[in-house]
Amino acid sequence: MTIEHIEQQIIEEFEQFDDWMERYNYIIELGKNLPLINAEYKTEKYLISGCQSQVWLHAAYEDGKVIYKADSDAIITKGIVALLIRVLSGQTPDAILNTPLAFVDKIGLKEHLSPTRSNGLLSMIKQMKLYAMAFKAKYK
Amino acid sequence: MTSKAPDILAFREDFPILKRSVYNKPLVYFDNAATTQKPQVVIDRIVKYYAEENANIHRGVHYLSQHSTMAFENVREQVRLFLNANHAHEIIFTRGTTESINLIASSFASKHLLAGDEILITQMEHHSNIVPWQLACEAKKATLKYIPFNEPGELELSLLDKLLTPRVKLLALTHLSNALGTINPVKEIIAKAHQKGIPVLIDGAQAVAHIKVDVQELDCDFYCFSGHKIYGPMGIGVLYGKEKWLNDLPPYQGGGEMIKTVSLEKGTTYNDLPFKFEAGTPNVSDVLGLETALNYIQNIGLEHIAAWENKLLTYASTKLQGINGLQVIGRAKHKSSVLSFIVEGIHPYDIGTLLDKMGIAVRTGHHCAQPVMDRYGISGTVRASFSFYNTKEEIDVFCEALKKAIEMLK
Repeated sequence: MTIEHIEQQIIEEFEQFDDWMERYNYIIELGKNLPLINAEYKTEKYLISGCQSQVWLHAAYEDGKVIYKADSDAIITKGIVALLIRVLSGQTPDAILNTPLAFVDKIGLKEHLSPTRSNGLLSMIKQMKLYAMAFKAKYK
Repeated sequence: MTSKAPDILAFREDFPILKRSVYNKPLVYFDNAATTQKPQVVIDRIVKYYAEENANIHRGVHYLSQHSTMAFENVREQVRLFLNANHAHEIIFTRGTTESINLIASSFASKHLLAGDEILITQMEHHSNIVPWQLACEAKKATLKYIPFNEPGELELSLLDKLLTPRVKLLALTHLSNALGTINPVKEIIAKAHQKGIPVLIDGAQAVAHIKVDVQELDCDFYCFSGHKIYGPMGIGVLYGKEKWLNDLPPYQGGGEMIKTVSLEKGTTYNDLPFKFEAGTPNVSDVLGLETALNYIQNIGLEHIAAWENKLLTYASTKLQGINGLQVIGRAKHKSSVLSFIVEGIHPYDIGTLLDKMGIAVRTGHHCAQPVMDRYGISGTVRASFSFYNTKEEIDVFCEALKKAIEMLK
């Protein structure tokens, strides 16, 4: 499935929610279900430091696709991490590099990607794109 | 000065921002330790300055310049009275507490700090009262040491004598901890340091809005505070320094106003106090806004403000006790209206995010006091900090919202 398809799915899922509480309950559930990153990756090396919450990100390259795994110490951050992984993991480096991730705004979570929020998400996206760029250069 | 207790909540009406809502819910503003809201009189004062009085001060011969200069210098006298300093020229206007501390750290270190010397701080300082001293110590190959604090959040003063070694050149500590709410017994600490001839700087950023400060009674050598934490504008702060110290220390920044004469051949001679430390065009409008804010709170009476805030703290502390897994961080006997807490198994960021959605502004994280968090082995807390304009009803709303958030996150 393309990034746009998955984004559209997520937007439709969020459309069923009437209020912020239902939206956040869903994100919290996602956070609880996100497969934890292997303990070996939950180290300083993979840490994306936010002032408030922390994110660990690991990326691998398989058959022309980038596979991301991540975790966070805050559950809401983790839920949003899960959405980003659902959209970006398993995609080609080019697709990852070119997406503006428009769905975040459409499901009303834009504020979580604000630089003032310092929850590590913005840095995580930057790091995801850097990985994509590195894989693209390495395996071209 | 004690007067009959005023109807404290009537003053809430003076704060236009408290009437607004966020996410269609009435705003509950519990982030007062970060910054306080501004009464209409302060806002009006700043507008009036730019509408009717704006001119650069001190050098102008024209009417507006002289008017502004007089208004500006009158505030120095008002701040002197507010702190009960000896002289108006002991009051230096800065951008805030951070700049006040940086000024002293820089000027003091350049003249008095030598390799092998020590600066003593405490384990509960805000980063603003740590990093300037780290920079100074690094530059001079001196050592930064600290007074630790115990589990409830009180300084281990039994260690003070030992820590005040002959190598200590200055002691810098907070009057009131922003992360814990602890009110430190600064007067006794200052006296002990003075017995050994060590000057003391007090970070009063959190204290001035809650405690009546008398710098002569405290006998501190330096006292710093920010306008925006005492219902005044952002970007204006105060450094009080004893005359003998301010005369002794070299200038911090160079520029206009702080000089007597400038010659490319013969060098520069510096202006007298307070101008020696006020390079460049000062922030006149915010100085005037600060004056209005100081008058405003003195009119209410700091003793009445503190009394109401203590009631709010007691009320909130009691209510929070009933919440499962909640632990208050900072249980000092003498504390101010700062309520820092963690909830077992839940990240403070998550709680803060959900409270925000319910219209409640609290702060989450390390509160720029990472060593405090390290002391407890936590990454951060949720902090609710109250002002005299807050109500018990708001605390009820906050407690219900907190329970709802915990329910969602468990």
